[in-house]
Amino acid sequence: MHELSIASAICATAERHAGGRRVTRVHVRVGRMRQVVPESLRFCFDMVARESLCEGAELELEIIPAVLSCKACSHEWEIESPPFWCPRCAGGDVAPVRGEELEVESIEIEEQEDACIAHT
Amino acid sequence: MHRTHVKVLEDVLDANGTIARANRADFDREHVTVINLMGSPGAGKTSLLEQVVASLPGVRVGVLEGDVKGTYDADRIAAKHVPVTQINTDPSFGGECHLDANMVRSAIPSLPLGEIDLLVIENVGNLVCPAEFHVGEHTRVMVTSVTEGEDKPLKYPLMFRACDLVLVNKIDLLPHLQIDMERFLYHLDAVHPGVQHIELSATTGEGIEQWRDWL
Repeated sequence: MHELSIASAICATAERHAGGRRVTRVHVRVGRMRQVVPESLRFCFDMVARESLCEGAELELEIIPAVLSCKACSHEWEIESPPFWCPRCAGGDVAPVRGEELEVESIEIEEQEDACIAHT
Repeated sequence: MHRTHVKVLEDVLDANGTIARANRADFDREHVTVINLMGSPGAGKTSLLEQVVASLPGVRVGVLEGDVKGTYDADRIAAKHVPVTQINTDPSFGGECHLDANMVRSAIPSLPLGEIDLLVIENVGNLVCPAEFHVGEHTRVMVTSVTEGEDKPLKYPLMFRACDLVLVNKIDLLPHLQIDMERFLYHLDAVHPGVQHIELSATTGEGIEQWRDWL
């Protein structure tokens, strides 16, 4: 259940970039090699977002496929489950190219247009 | 009222990573090597530590025990007369299923870093969450045991990939079990090609010398 920690971190990151305005959407990129359960993350996010700038915000999860690269023959391939051996040369020295992402890509915030008018 | 799109591009666990780097800097300043010891509950993490903490020639060991609750493991290590600090991830029931960098940071003032060479951080027993949180360690070791079955690397690939050494405990029980060691090792290699492993038993002491040499 580390999704609760991750949801709190997402909420804190979004709030830091919101400049005190209400957040309506948070776009998060999640690599397939991260152990994140989307349903669980959404549930936790809705919970930790309560009474914060993210309350009611939509959590948009973009799942990034896992791609590995073989150091021996430079072959790149998408992997959905083990084994992690290179399918071309059977080498075991492989490194992830994509699929380890866990980042807040962007947020959508609500701008109060009448607030500017009130100041002038 | 209109909506504005704001680019963020920030790692979600950036805060944890920053604190982990601060922990690592503190450990390096005191010349302390740090191991993050992970594995499922009951795999034998504490038992394998008990076997070695007081018998590493020329290496002064300290232990940081992470548990959801209680000081049972810390008491066992303290009986070996090595410095030990307990972190509980929750003072009541439940609580976090892993240690994070901030929990370890909060324990640093109570660790005698100047008096030890090696710090072993025994993580909360769990095969999923601890792999996601660096705490400032130099290396990661995981403990599995033959009673957990030959399929575990396939079921928890990221934990088995996140470590530099796999300790396979309880080999004294092999005659009583159905587990096929060759298949287990094949699965381990499929998930983490080339990872080093040691087969041992905290009960009989078999393989402990190899574990001690690795440390």
